Amino acid sequence: MTFLGLQRLEKRWPDGTHAVRGIDLDIAEGELVVLLGPSGCGKTTTLRMVAGLELPSAGRVRLGGEDVTDRPPSQRDVGFVFQFYALYPHMTVAENIAFPLECAGLPRRERDAAVLRVAERLDLLPLLGRRPRALSGGDQQRVGLARAMVRKPRLWLMDEPLGSLDAARRAEMCGLIRVQQLADRVTTIYVTHDQEEAMRLADRIVVMSQGEIVQAASPKDVYDRPASLFVARFVGSPGMNLIEGRVSASDFHPAGGGAAIPLPHELLALPRDMRALLRDGPVVLGARPEHVRLDPSGPLRGRILLEADAGPWRHVHVEGPWGRVLALTTAKVGAWVDEEVRLAFDPAGIRLFEPTSGRSLA
Amino acid sequence: MSAPLLAVRGLSKRFGRAPALESVDLEVGEGQVVALLGPTGAGKTTLLRCIAGLEQPDQGTLTLGGRDALALPPAERDVALVFQNFSLYPSKTVRANLEFPLRAPARRMPAAEIAERVTWAARMLRIEALLERPARRLSGGEMQRVAIGRAIVRRPKLFLMDEPLTNLDAKLREQLRFELRELARELHAPVLWATHDALEALAMADRVVALDRGRVLQSGVPADVYARPASPAVARLLGWPPVNVIPVRKMDGHWTAADGTRVAPAPAGSPDAATLGIRAENLTLAGGHAPTEVEVVELTGPAQVAVLHWAGIRAHALAPRTLELRPGTRVAPRVSPEHVITWPAG
Repeated sequence: MTFLGLQRLEKRWPDGTHAVRGIDLDIAEGELVVLLGPSGCGKTTTLRMVAGLELPSAGRVRLGGEDVTDRPPSQRDVGFVFQFYALYPHMTVAENIAFPLECAGLPRRERDAAVLRVAERLDLLPLLGRRPRALSGGDQQRVGLARAMVRKPRLWLMDEPLGSLDAARRAEMCGLIRVQQLADRVTTIYVTHDQEEAMRLADRIVVMSQGEIVQAASPKDVYDRPASLFVARFVGSPGMNLIEGRVSASDFHPAGGGAAIPLPHELLALPRDMRALLRDGPVVLGARPEHVRLDPSGPLRGRILLEADAGPWRHVHVEGPWGRVLALTTAKVGAWVDEEVRLAFDPAGIRLFEPTSGRSLA
Repeated sequence: MSAPLLAVRGLSKRFGRAPALESVDLEVGEGQVVALLGPTGAGKTTLLRCIAGLEQPDQGTLTLGGRDALALPPAERDVALVFQNFSLYPSKTVRANLEFPLRAPARRMPAAEIAERVTWAARMLRIEALLERPARRLSGGEMQRVAIGRAIVRRPKLFLMDEPLTNLDAKLREQLRFELRELARELHAPVLWATHDALEALAMADRVVALDRGRVLQSGVPADVYARPASPAVARLLGWPPVNVIPVRKMDGHWTAADGTRVAPAPAGSPDAATLGIRAENLTLAGGHAPTEVEVVELTGPAQVAVLHWAGIRAHALAPRTLELRPGTRVAPRVSPEHVITWPAG
């Protein structure tokens, strides 16, 4: 059942910029949807139209079965979250958290119950009687989050609420937002340019580029089956490895040379029009770094450019006539920078794209 | 072994009564990239400013290329500082911005060399196509490339980078991270790189120096700092998924958490209490004796992270994608004793 529906939603600015180009999106009640894309892709403008802070140039916004396109923000019952800071210094933690409920006119007993519930969830119970200045920075952030999310509006709209935080703090807060959202199941739209945040939080990721939706799917699908080269590059840290070449018979031949990479059978069982594309035109092969491994009998020969630690992983950058590929391993590599190596691909991780349109073939 | 290019010894700095740096020791060797990892307010910027000569430390020594640098004015230290918010001249072209540091009268650099260096830097940073564009018309990523270009045209002895990527989009940050790592390698340039992002530090650096509240907590090669953080404070700097930090007491020869969970055997002769650290990738989800439920599952891409209440904390476990996990899944977390990091009780 659609709870929030965007229909052919558009925004043109007076200078002619087409910020949002007619997007359609249905969001179910309780769903957490992340709008993900680079600066200028239209994600914040979309969010602001849902909030009522911008009027669409065309299209409709429907919320809970009603058309709210022309309603002012105050009549939509949406909670807008920018950042979690600026607590009131003269109030206790409990009073700070209760403040939005007091403003909404909730009776005292319900306020207290709501404050206790959220405080327990975010491990704030021992702090309720303290004043903000007696708290550490991290505790203040959590109180800010509790206050921002204590209410249960029909819709949470969050615009990069973690943007100004340090990496470690951002990660912690991201997890707590999800804990809180899963507990209350308030329908949420969350805007970010950070694909890691999107993957961690979302029930569904909506990838936007140049005012349009390029893919809307679960984090797993967006990651495993990117709909286009743009998504393949943008999602994943780093993005998918991409190699240009051609397909003949059941092999992929890199344009820059190197031995043929065998393609799995399922990948070649395509509809007829796609088979034609595969046979005639150039193709881009995509593989996630974790699906590439150093293997002395692998088809691609290259040279190690750089090795780097990345937490639990190790990044190995390899360069060859076919371009550059990153392999992700958990083991010690036992090879050195400038050393010649060979790469093999996990067949299940191979994807194919049509280079002109960028769209995914398989 | 030759003397390091930069050596900082016992450097301290106070602002009023507040100590900003306390007896900091640090070295950067020729061609080395050293990451200064710490949260906001750790003292990273103050340290870089002391090295650049923009602040005068209260105590300590600073040698650059074997010379006492504290006596030198900033201009003679031959270091380049790249800021988080680098101010370019907005109405000037990229070329003019890049030429500017070379046009200082004291340099008396011939026009041909200026042109050559600008072309070289532009090629390095892939901004050749932007050279005639006014700086105000650049995107954030382009501006930061030009800012770095302004530093590299000078070919200084040492680069000081103060969170140069922090204000950029995540994707751009990741791209530039690898570009700059390669650039440092090609230039064979020593870099001291301040960041609050552990992944950036681990991926970029030959050495990591963890700094908090003005003190060096640990320094070492990335793999060692990652595998053996010296304290819970260092572990907390190491990003996401977080290291699980569990206060424990010794009971019947086992490290036991506040809720009674036996986390691991306590070696003979160990003290009565300790703090244990367990990396998320070392907390496996089966085989333990304290069953619990998964609260949240988060996808990282190559793997997934399960968040669960275990051993009295909100614990994080990195699990393979093949494991079927969802909120409510019953699991029994377990850690092998060799993966337990033991710190003194705190």
